[in-house]
Amino acid sequence: MPEQNASQICIVTVTGKDRVGIIARLANAMAKANINIVDVNQKIMEDYFVMTMAADVGQATIDMGQIKKQLDRIGRQMALKISIQDESIFKAMHRV
Amino acid sequence: MRISVEEVFETVRMTLDHHFDIRTVTLGINLKDCVDRDLNWLIRQAQARIVEKGQLLNHCADALEQKYGIPITNRRISITPASLLLEPLPRKTITAVKFAKALDAAVKKADIDFLGGFGAMVQKGATSAEENLIDAIPEALSESDRVCGFLNLASTLAGINMNAVVKVGHVISDLAHRSEKGIGCAKLAVFANVPEDSPFMAGAHHGIGEPDYSLNIGISGPGVVRNVVVQNPDCDLTQLSEVIKRTVFKITRAGELIGRELAGLMKVDFGIVDISLAPTTVTGDSVAEIIEAMGVGRMGCPGSTAALALLIDAVKKGGAMASGNVGGLSGTFIPVSEDAGMIRAVRSGALSLDKLEALTSVCSVGLDMFAVPGDTAPEIISSIIADELSIGVANNKTTSVRIVPVPGAKPGSIVHFGGLLGSAPVMKVTTKHSSAKFIQRRGRLPAPLRALRN
Repeated sequence: MPEQNASQICIVTVTGKDRVGIIARLANAMAKANINIVDVNQKIMEDYFVMTMAADVGQATIDMGQIKKQLDRIGRQMALKISIQDESIFKAMHRV
Repeated sequence: MRISVEEVFETVRMTLDHHFDIRTVTLGINLKDCVDRDLNWLIRQAQARIVEKGQLLNHCADALEQKYGIPITNRRISITPASLLLEPLPRKTITAVKFAKALDAAVKKADIDFLGGFGAMVQKGATSAEENLIDAIPEALSESDRVCGFLNLASTLAGINMNAVVKVGHVISDLAHRSEKGIGCAKLAVFANVPEDSPFMAGAHHGIGEPDYSLNIGISGPGVVRNVVVQNPDCDLTQLSEVIKRTVFKITRAGELIGRELAGLMKVDFGIVDISLAPTTVTGDSVAEIIEAMGVGRMGCPGSTAALALLIDAVKKGGAMASGNVGGLSGTFIPVSEDAGMIRAVRSGALSLDKLEALTSVCSVGLDMFAVPGDTAPEIISSIIADELSIGVANNKTTSVRIVPVPGAKPGSIVHFGGLLGSAPVMKVTTKHSSAKFIQRRGRLPAPLRALRN
C-alpha cells in the first residue's frame, strides 16, 4: 500500500459514445472511494469520444483491483470502454 | 507538463485495438549451486526454487498488469543449461528424462507456462553428459508439456559442430514421431550464436555469464507497427523508417518501465528488454502484414527481403534509443505457423522454404515453426539446419531452426497445432537431390575469417 499522504496519479480513459452523466457517474464513484480528481479533458478523435481524467488514488480507500471492477461496471452500464493506468506509463512512452 | 488526451489515446488504442502487450516476462534462475551427485537432491533443490520464484513472478506480474493496464501475456522461467546440471550424474538417458519431468512438475505447480533451458552449448564439441542430454531429448520433450529445449550447434568463433548437426537430424525426426502432429518439435530450437539472455521460447536459457536471477522482458507490437505503416501509405522509405522507429521507441519504453519495476518488486536484477516483433495468429498482429502494408504484394515475393531489412533496422534503432538494456534476440520473428500473414503467404505460393531462408539472412531469428512432411529424412533435416546455421555463423548473427516434421502429412496440407502455436501449411522440401554425403562427412565446419570481409 502507498504511504500516507503520498500521491499516486492514475489516468482514467473513457472511450465510446458521448452521453449525459458520464462525468457525474465517475466523479460519484471516485468520491466514495476517496479518490481526488485532479484534471479532466475531452476530445473527439477519429470518431471516438475520448475523455481523460487524472485522478489521485494515493488516499483511496479501495485498491486498484477494486477500482478497476467499479469502473468496468460503470463501463458496462453506460456502454463505454473505461481503463485506468498509472500515469508513469504515459510519461515513459511520450516523454524523452 | 501533464499528458495530453492525444497521447493517452494513442497508448490506450495500442492495447485496445492493436494487440500491444508485454509478450513475456522471463525470470532467469541460476541452478549451478544445486549440482550434486544425487539426482533426487538436485531435483528437490531445483523444484523448490522454481516453485517459489515462479509463484512470486505471477503474483508481481498480476499487480503490474493492473497498475499499468497492459497485459503481461506469458510468464516464464529459464534455467542454467540442464547439461551442466547433469554433468556429475550417471550417463543414462533416464536421468535426463527424470530431470525434465521434475522441471515440468515444478512449473505446473507454480502456474508458469513454459520453462526453457533443457539444452546444451555444443558449438565446438560435446561432453559425454551433453551427448547424453541430446540423446534424451526425444523422450524428455515428448513426455513433458512445458519444458523447452535448445542446442547451440554453431558460433561465429567456433564454426559449426557437424557431428551434433547430424545427430540432431535424427533427434528431431524421433521427437516428431513420438508426439501428436510432431508438436514436440515446437519445443526444440537449435541455434548458431544463441544469446544467453533471451526471454523468448523455445530458446530461452539462463546463460553461464548471468547472475543468480535475471528478469528479462519481451515486448511485442506487430499490430501497433502495422497500424503506423497503414497510417503512412505514401511517405518515402526514409520517412517510413522514422515513423516505425518512433513507435518502437514508445513500446520499448513501456517494456523497460514494467520490466524494471517487476524486477524491483521481486528484488532480482533487471536483465534485458528484447524488442523483437513477435506475431500471434490474431488478425492484424502479423509481421507479414507489416511488410505487405509497406507495399509488398505478398510476403515472399521479390521486395520482401528489402522490406524486412528496413523494418528490422528501424525496430533496432527505435528500441536502442529507448532502452540501454536492449538484448536477447531483438529482431523480427517470422514464424510460419504463428503469423496469419505468413500462413497466407505460404498457402498462396508466394513464400517457399527457399525464400524463407533468404528472409532469415536479414532478420532474426531463423527458420521458425515451419512444418515439413514427417517422412523427411534426418539427413535432409540436418542439411536444412546446416544451411541456416551457416547464415548465422558467416554473418555474425543469431539464427535458429525450429522445424516440425508432421508424421503422415503431405506438402500443401494444413496442420493445426492450436493455441499460440497456430497452424502451419506443410512446406515442400526438395528431395530429388540429397546432400547426405556432404552432411555425413561430419567434423567441424571451420569458423569464418573475421578480417578480409568484402
